[in-house]
Amino acid sequence: MTTNPALFGKKEQQALFSPVISVNPIAVQVLGICSALAVTTRMDKALVMGIGVTLVAALANLAVSLIRNHTPSSIRIIVQLAIIASLVIVVDQVLKAYLYELSLELSVFVGLIITNCIVMGRAEGFAMQNPPWISFLDGIGNGLGYALILLMVGFARELIGAGAVFGYEVLPLTKNGGWYEPNGLMLLAPSGLFLIALIIWGLRTWKPELQEKD
Amino acid sequence: MPRRDSTRYTLLFATGVSVVCALLVSTAAVGLRERQDTNALLYKQKNVLLAASLAKPGQDLSAAEVLSVFDQRIQVRAIELKTGQLVPENQFDARSYDQRKARNDPAQSRAAPANSAQVTRLPTYGIVYHVKGADGGIEQIVLPVEGMAMWGTVYGFLALDRDANTVRGLTFYEQKETPGLGGEISNPEWQALWVGRKAYDANWAPQLSVIKGQAGPPDKDPHHIDGLSGATITSNGITRLMNFWLSADGYAPYLQTLRSAQPS
Repeated sequence: MTTNPALFGKKEQQALFSPVISVNPIAVQVLGICSALAVTTRMDKALVMGIGVTLVAALANLAVSLIRNHTPSSIRIIVQLAIIASLVIVVDQVLKAYLYELSLELSVFVGLIITNCIVMGRAEGFAMQNPPWISFLDGIGNGLGYALILLMVGFARELIGAGAVFGYEVLPLTKNGGWYEPNGLMLLAPSGLFLIALIIWGLRTWKPELQEKD
Repeated sequence: MPRRDSTRYTLLFATGVSVVCALLVSTAAVGLRERQDTNALLYKQKNVLLAASLAKPGQDLSAAEVLSVFDQRIQVRAIELKTGQLVPENQFDARSYDQRKARNDPAQSRAAPANSAQVTRLPTYGIVYHVKGADGGIEQIVLPVEGMAMWGTVYGFLALDRDANTVRGLTFYEQKETPGLGGEISNPEWQALWVGRKAYDANWAPQLSVIKGQAGPPDKDPHHIDGLSGATITSNGITRLMNFWLSADGYAPYLQTLRSAQPS
């Protein structure tokens, strides 16, 4: 079989790109907030978490979609959970083998990808009804949408809270002889909530069709 | 082929999914174990350096750098816990000794006397780390400590000055406390509050304790450390495990021999 024009047609593009902005899982669907607050104090944590969720969401969607026509509907949720949990354990093991210290800091949050509403939501809401390829793309798209918000929040929190980006000091800190006094509030969870709220506000102003009618 | 919603098919399907998932998970766990163990050992060595202030918190050290500083400055020695005597280096391979394994082996350990740190077994031999100074003498001693906090056993290192009393540093390299609350025991800023405090009072009774609220500066309030808000059980656990390991059941006999050998 030669290249199928439908392999990356309009529908596929939509599955991949629309979750990044217009139906963003965090900013529009408001899913996965707890981990978004916890792992955004530094950009490297946010990036690794974003990659982890993207991989898990894509592979879980693919696997769930592959067996969707054979899955008895009475046990479909637990089957999805088993698949997601196995993938999360694999991600956790890989992190421990290759990024040990980061894995200690991400601690429980990698394990909590299992309960991340985005992964479960896309498996049940999309992959159960759609063929494998487009489900895979949908998983990547949602993971990227999640990662994008995480990185935006992480950028603001690390820059204002620690004067750094990816661990490199951008604003010279007063304790190292510079001029910048870091704002400790940015390293606490509430600031993540404020920043996500600001992003949601900004997105709804930019795309008024996202606003609900009263 | 039975119907998709029949009980038999459902059971078969569930078994199939479980087997595939189990294979995936066990392959990853077994295949990566060696690398993970190497990482864990390296992380432990890095924490010895952190406790002894030979590495700075947050500093990005490569594996080779950690090993080279460790080899240059740290001497791994075994002691007989009960008597506090150093075991001669040629009689004991301290570097490959696994204290946690030994602790659980009846031939190499004994039941610990009743204690509030919930340490149940004590190994016959314990490891201590001597930090060598520029003159080749001992500059600091790093002691492994462990004990029950809130969610599980925490493992760490306490660095004492040559006087076997002044705290020079503290780290925890393995803990399962609540992130943001008890997990703050891993926060270098809190650990820095321990530096300069005195482990013992004038009668050589262990005195370190994590209190509720704020402690004074080390010269005025030598035995207390600021409590962690929202983490009373973890804080108390740390107090108990410190006092256990600094007591006669822990390192006190060894620290005693060290003090008496000290040139005055």
